[in-house]
Amino acid sequence: MSLFDHKLTEIQSMIEKKEVSIPDLVDESFKRIAAVDGEVKAFITLDEERARKQAEDAQATGKTGVLSGIPIGVKDNIVTKGLRTTAASQILFNFDPIYDATVVNKLREAGTITVGKLNMDEFAMGSSTENSSFQKTRNPWNLNHVPGGSSGGSAASVAAGEVPFSLGSDTGGSIRQPASFCGVVGMKPTYGRVSRFGLIAFASSLDQIGPITRNVEDNAHLLEAIVGADPQDSTSANVPAENFAAGLTGDVKGLRIAVPKEYLGEGVSEEVRQSVLDALKVLEGLGATWEEVSLPHSKYGVATYYLLASSEASSNLARFDGIRYGYRAEGAENLIDLYKKTRAEGFGDEVKRRIMLGTFALSSGYYDAYYKKAQQVRTLIKKDFEDVLESYDVIIGPTTPTPAFKIGEIIDDPLTMYANDILTIPVNLAGVPGISVPCGFAENGLPLGLQIIGRHFDEKTVYRVAHAYEQATDFHKEKPEL
Amino acid sequence: MQFETVIGLEVHVELKTNSKIFSSAPAHFGAEPNTNTTVIDLGYPGVLPVMNEKAVEFAMKAAMAINCEIAEETKWDRKNYFYPDNPKAYQISQYDKPVGEHGWVEIEVNGETKRIGITRLHLEEDAGKLTHAGKHSLCDYNRQGTPLVEIVSEPDIRTPEEAYAFLEKLKAIIQYTEVSDCKMEEGSLRCDANISLRPVGQKEFGTKTELKNLNSFNFVRKGLEYEEKRQADVLSSGGTIDQETRRFDEATGKTLLMRVKEGSDDYRYFPEPDLLSVIIDDEWKERVRASIPELPDARQKRYMEELGLPVHDAKILTMSKEIADFFEATVAAGAAAKLASNWMMGEVPAYLNAEGKELSETKLTPENLAGMIKLLEEGTISSKIAKTVFKEIIENGGDAEAIVKEKGLVQISDESALLKFVNDALDANPQSIADFKEGKKKAIGFLVGQIMKASKGQANPQAINKLLAEEIQKR
Repeated sequence: MSLFDHKLTEIQSMIEKKEVSIPDLVDESFKRIAAVDGEVKAFITLDEERARKQAEDAQATGKTGVLSGIPIGVKDNIVTKGLRTTAASQILFNFDPIYDATVVNKLREAGTITVGKLNMDEFAMGSSTENSSFQKTRNPWNLNHVPGGSSGGSAASVAAGEVPFSLGSDTGGSIRQPASFCGVVGMKPTYGRVSRFGLIAFASSLDQIGPITRNVEDNAHLLEAIVGADPQDSTSANVPAENFAAGLTGDVKGLRIAVPKEYLGEGVSEEVRQSVLDALKVLEGLGATWEEVSLPHSKYGVATYYLLASSEASSNLARFDGIRYGYRAEGAENLIDLYKKTRAEGFGDEVKRRIMLGTFALSSGYYDAYYKKAQQVRTLIKKDFEDVLESYDVIIGPTTPTPAFKIGEIIDDPLTMYANDILTIPVNLAGVPGISVPCGFAENGLPLGLQIIGRHFDEKTVYRVAHAYEQATDFHKEKPEL
Repeated sequence: MQFETVIGLEVHVELKTNSKIFSSAPAHFGAEPNTNTTVIDLGYPGVLPVMNEKAVEFAMKAAMAINCEIAEETKWDRKNYFYPDNPKAYQISQYDKPVGEHGWVEIEVNGETKRIGITRLHLEEDAGKLTHAGKHSLCDYNRQGTPLVEIVSEPDIRTPEEAYAFLEKLKAIIQYTEVSDCKMEEGSLRCDANISLRPVGQKEFGTKTELKNLNSFNFVRKGLEYEEKRQADVLSSGGTIDQETRRFDEATGKTLLMRVKEGSDDYRYFPEPDLLSVIIDDEWKERVRASIPELPDARQKRYMEELGLPVHDAKILTMSKEIADFFEATVAAGAAAKLASNWMMGEVPAYLNAEGKELSETKLTPENLAGMIKLLEEGTISSKIAKTVFKEIIENGGDAEAIVKEKGLVQISDESALLKFVNDALDANPQSIADFKEGKKKAIGFLVGQIMKASKGQANPQAINKLLAEEIQKR
């Protein structure tokens, strides 16, 4: 049994009883990485020397807190001072940030120890982590399959036991979908819950940082440490941090669950559908009730998302021009040539595809038909969620239509790849919180995920339901054999 | 064919807030390259802008001073374009909800007043600065993120002279509100001009050209004058004007083609998702409105009505708040208004121009200037001595009366003392007496000059004239 099979509170009591030291924990992490990361390929960059030093220091100062001394992996689009941050892009292959993201500062205060930076789809654009410029991360449950994306490294590293938890980011499902594929717990908080300062922007109005963990309780602890209004992020909400873990009572009696018919219909595989129905039975058994509802505009979610997210991305990624940092092409004849060469050589295909799509959608003459229209549809999608959540406490459905697909299986078919996020995207468009918790296994042995969606800033209820379900089932106890 | 000229101006004014519009870096001019920057100004990955409320307030103040309606909700948009002085490759600006709209500025040309409409005033961030050095270009991002307002006039201007008057007036108004220094030489005020011609009587506008590199109000006028003539020549000879951007060449006074505009540039504006829109409630508006000082037109009127200054004086003095404030303080310190006005319009600017200094860089104060003017008014010193005293107080400061005493510069009005100077001069210049008696009145002037010289300028000229007339008759 690995140390990381224990939940955080147990690890802390082991530290207190001196059964284990902080350097032991960090050592466990690096040993596991050495053993399995050659196959899993979750990490882009390791920070072993500094992590071991921090572990020694933390042990010496003896600070206590639920996260103190716990090794963590950070998605490579979250900037870390002096620690290479690439967003898995060639264009930032040599970028060493000169500042820390707000979440990184908060984690430091909470005492976690960053062991390294995790692989992802380039600039978080993708659903399989195959779009990384550097390496393809593999699903710990079956190395021939993708871990999901874009936070594939974050989910795989936790599933593989390399770290007890990690940070990911979610723009259209990038925490929940890989969490589902890798059989771990991934939370996309309410938009504005967690500061985006230091998160390399993909789509500013959708991006949120969130925790990926092995169980719901740990997830609640990690989220508590990173939430809060940030004077450096005007879109962060002035909602105080909450003790989410304290709300994990296991009690869901009288809970009203909405199940959107669109989430169990066409395109959703039978085994996924069945796993959700089984999960609903479990919750019923705990005293909750559920009813079918409709989110009528969610069918426009993917189209809306790809217009808005790509539009914002086309502007957000324009700064990568070879002038001030990162990759700069050799042999440019003049300024325009330098821009063209740098960006042609520095960005991968999927990123270029979205930059072109977004540039087109914002062009004069097309703006009204695409960007503006998409904003209007977004308002309708948001209203769908708000209407349903007026009468129900949570919305439940699958996280993904299918379990993890094979590496290379759909990478050349972007539309099929985009459709994989059909159930997660509307949640980002609405800005509400959503979690994925393990809810079974497909016939091929790959994990399935249950998505629980709550009201704005009501992560507490989402966690309570997720925790009650988790405690009533054993799926989260299963570990991949590596 | 007779043409009517149509001119519209776009004026950029940097606001002098302490920090930048979206970062905490200082927004001051003149620091070492790239020292007034944060990761935000450098457009680093992951950074987010945070709005400086003061910049919005300054923009509101400027907008109110030029009679704009203030938006109830104003928002931010991204203007996307690639250039190395623009580190994010987008400029945060305002597209469809500017801070102010529908304003006006009143100008006076050849004794006639005219209102020039203001289409809009919006806030945005300034870009960095590039220096081209041989094969390389150097980027300095100190200026990046300095708050800037863009003021767009209606195409109401009909002559280069009106354009000049508009700019003078706009600058004066903005300076009065103290939101900007409006120094063209430091780039805190910049102007582009659009100009087109149309046959007199035609309603539709002609094709316009845009003039850039106009680095002083004079160059704006000269560039427009040149362009007006160039377009008239082209049109008169049957040609057509291309929509293009032209650069004013200071050396030749001509405008030169920079680039032809093909359609409008596509900046792909869209709402800035990193910032919230700004709600401007009545309370905020009123608070800002209350902070606007008396503006040039009102002050000009007051100087005429209360201080009895001629319109010319009142207009010149109120063109700069600094000069007007100084003038008022001088009057408050006891100087006669017209005398103070004469000095503020004459010797003071002459000295500043000659020395290339700002008023604030001298030792002149309203108190010592008023002291000097009082001595002049009382006849304690002559105008000639006053110039000596003025040079002393503007260069070294000090009290005028003390200087006059210390240096023995008091005007000699005592008749017995003056009589000696008069008779000495007459004794030494018998030819002048003869000339005078032959009707050459100019001889008196020569004699007065001799006496002033002998008395080191201290003799009272009026008394001398009187005594000379008496004494010369006795000879």
